[in-house]
Amino acid sequence: MVKMILQRLIQIIPTLLVVVTITFVLTRLIPGNPAAAVLGPQASVEEIERMEEEMGLNDSLGKQYVDYLKNIVKGDFGKSYSYNIPVMDLITERIPNTLLISLTSLVLAILISIPLGIVSAIKQYSAFDYIAMVLALVGVSMPIFWLGLMLVLVFSVNLGWLPSLGMGSMNNGLWDVVSHMILPVACLATIPTATFTRITRSSMLEVVNNDFIKSLRARGLKERVIIYKHALKNALPPVITVIGLQLAAAFTGAILTETIFSWPGMGTLITGAIENRDYMLVQGAVLITAMAFVFVNLAVDLLYMVINPKVNYESKGGGA
Amino acid sequence: MADVVLEVKDLKTYLFLASGVVKAVDGVSFGIERGKTLGIVGESGSGKSMTASSIMRLLPKKIGKVVEGEINFNGKDVLTFNSKELLEFRGKDVVLISQDPMTSLDPVFKVGAQMVEMIRAHQDISVEEAKALSIESLKKVGIPNPESRMNSYPYELSGGMCQRVIIAMAITAQPKLVIADEPTTALDVTVQAQVLNLLKEMQQNLDTSIMLITHNLGIVWEMCDDVMVMYAGKTVEYTSAKELYSEALHPYTWGLLESIPKLSHESKSELTTIPGTPPDLRLTGEACNFHNRCPYAIPICSEKVPELLEIKEGHFVACHRQTKESTLARGEEFGDV
Repeated sequence: MVKMILQRLIQIIPTLLVVVTITFVLTRLIPGNPAAAVLGPQASVEEIERMEEEMGLNDSLGKQYVDYLKNIVKGDFGKSYSYNIPVMDLITERIPNTLLISLTSLVLAILISIPLGIVSAIKQYSAFDYIAMVLALVGVSMPIFWLGLMLVLVFSVNLGWLPSLGMGSMNNGLWDVVSHMILPVACLATIPTATFTRITRSSMLEVVNNDFIKSLRARGLKERVIIYKHALKNALPPVITVIGLQLAAAFTGAILTETIFSWPGMGTLITGAIENRDYMLVQGAVLITAMAFVFVNLAVDLLYMVINPKVNYESKGGGA
Repeated sequence: MADVVLEVKDLKTYLFLASGVVKAVDGVSFGIERGKTLGIVGESGSGKSMTASSIMRLLPKKIGKVVEGEINFNGKDVLTFNSKELLEFRGKDVVLISQDPMTSLDPVFKVGAQMVEMIRAHQDISVEEAKALSIESLKKVGIPNPESRMNSYPYELSGGMCQRVIIAMAITAQPKLVIADEPTTALDVTVQAQVLNLLKEMQQNLDTSIMLITHNLGIVWEMCDDVMVMYAGKTVEYTSAKELYSEALHPYTWGLLESIPKLSHESKSELTTIPGTPPDLRLTGEACNFHNRCPYAIPICSEKVPELLEIKEGHFVACHRQTKESTLARGEEFGDV
């Protein structure tokens, strides 16, 4: 197990190197000039040239790339052009905001969807099952920007119950923060809840038709134990896979949701950085996101091993 | 009959499918005395396993239903059990040993945990005591290093080992009845004998009754006191194993006997099979189910369902050609089919 973790950690290095290289190349391919973007439309040609020199944009691409790599190894992600502060500071400031809504919505989605999926599966073709599945279908099909706008329209504009913008502050009390969270969280939780419900249901259906479930019944175990202990543990791996993907995505921030609700998270940070040709910030943010994906995947794989003992990566030489 | 553990009377179990009603078990009666073994023999689809599922009340939900009959276990009607009584009944009074041992254990829980779980579902003892009991019972079925085997997952064991674990589980329950549904079908021939011996041993130690479902008549001679031959959901012959061995009366049983490969001088001859296939169980009811495969069939066979009659003392047969008045000997004649 320890050996497998070490192997996987070593495999992360080339993965991240590829990510760094691709984002480096892609940001350079975006049309537009970061120096001009920083200085604004009124800047003169001389000013822009001076700025380019200062930002190191006149060096050859090769030199820029090598310098960037060197700095990353030292833990220096560079300085944001547009904010003029270190990229790392910006990200560490924004990530908690994003995680506040993304993790809350993820937990909410799990708490709702797994019981819902299980009940739908054991009551297959019942009214409950049909209603849950229709709702799930609606949930996955709904465009998130539309849902977000509708939520704002109903709860902020028409009813006036909840704020539509911003994050709130603990200085104004807990309710201020919570009330600002409700709509973005509801918006973010919709699709995952629907997806997890469907996956839990189909995975449970597959398991409950297995022979060993009949054998467990023949042992005189309670139905509750059979479903929630035995069947659920067998049905979990696919559910964990999708939860894992969603968890990794939680670090990126939801670009649409954050934009709709003007939530100061990673999503708005990254879109802003792209608009401003803020190379360093884009690269840093993408790298952090990639790292989140890689580590969450590793965690998911470890969880598999705990749930299903048959999964043994060590004997197969480790999988990426 | 003295001390009847299980008595099944005129059991009818139907499967309600979209394509029609399948009469999986169609009026079957039998009894098992304490410490005795009843063999139920028949080819696939003859209703053997459905009979077992009916007794365990484990028929496929919504589809399978016992439409008629009684299942008495120690004088109590199993069909009237509520869910609490059922939990007591299953895994304590009756234990099921099923065909494929690899799929009768939950793949993601350790063997020991599953044994302890089952014991504690029925006995009010601590985890430690349940563990000790499991280890002791694994020892009884000849599993080496039972302490470390407790920590194995089912996939780490061979089929034979799994079946031993399941028998060990059965032993911890000290059941009054074991329903063994083709317990050796999925196992190597060498392991089959060991597993059967374990069942016998368990029966002697605990005075358990066994309902042994098989399609292997060899196992029947070895293990059973009584035999019931089933065909297309009905009992065609029901008698003691000895009697069946010396004088089977139903043409279908003869067919089964002829399909056993023999290791004798005639072994070069081709293996005999029963021609044709069992009837569609949605369409039965007007004739003897076997008439279109039976070389001895006469016109009445396709017009009337034969009743199960006691031809000789303790020997029941359902065949128009076998009556008290006129019996037919095996191979005596071939009808005009």
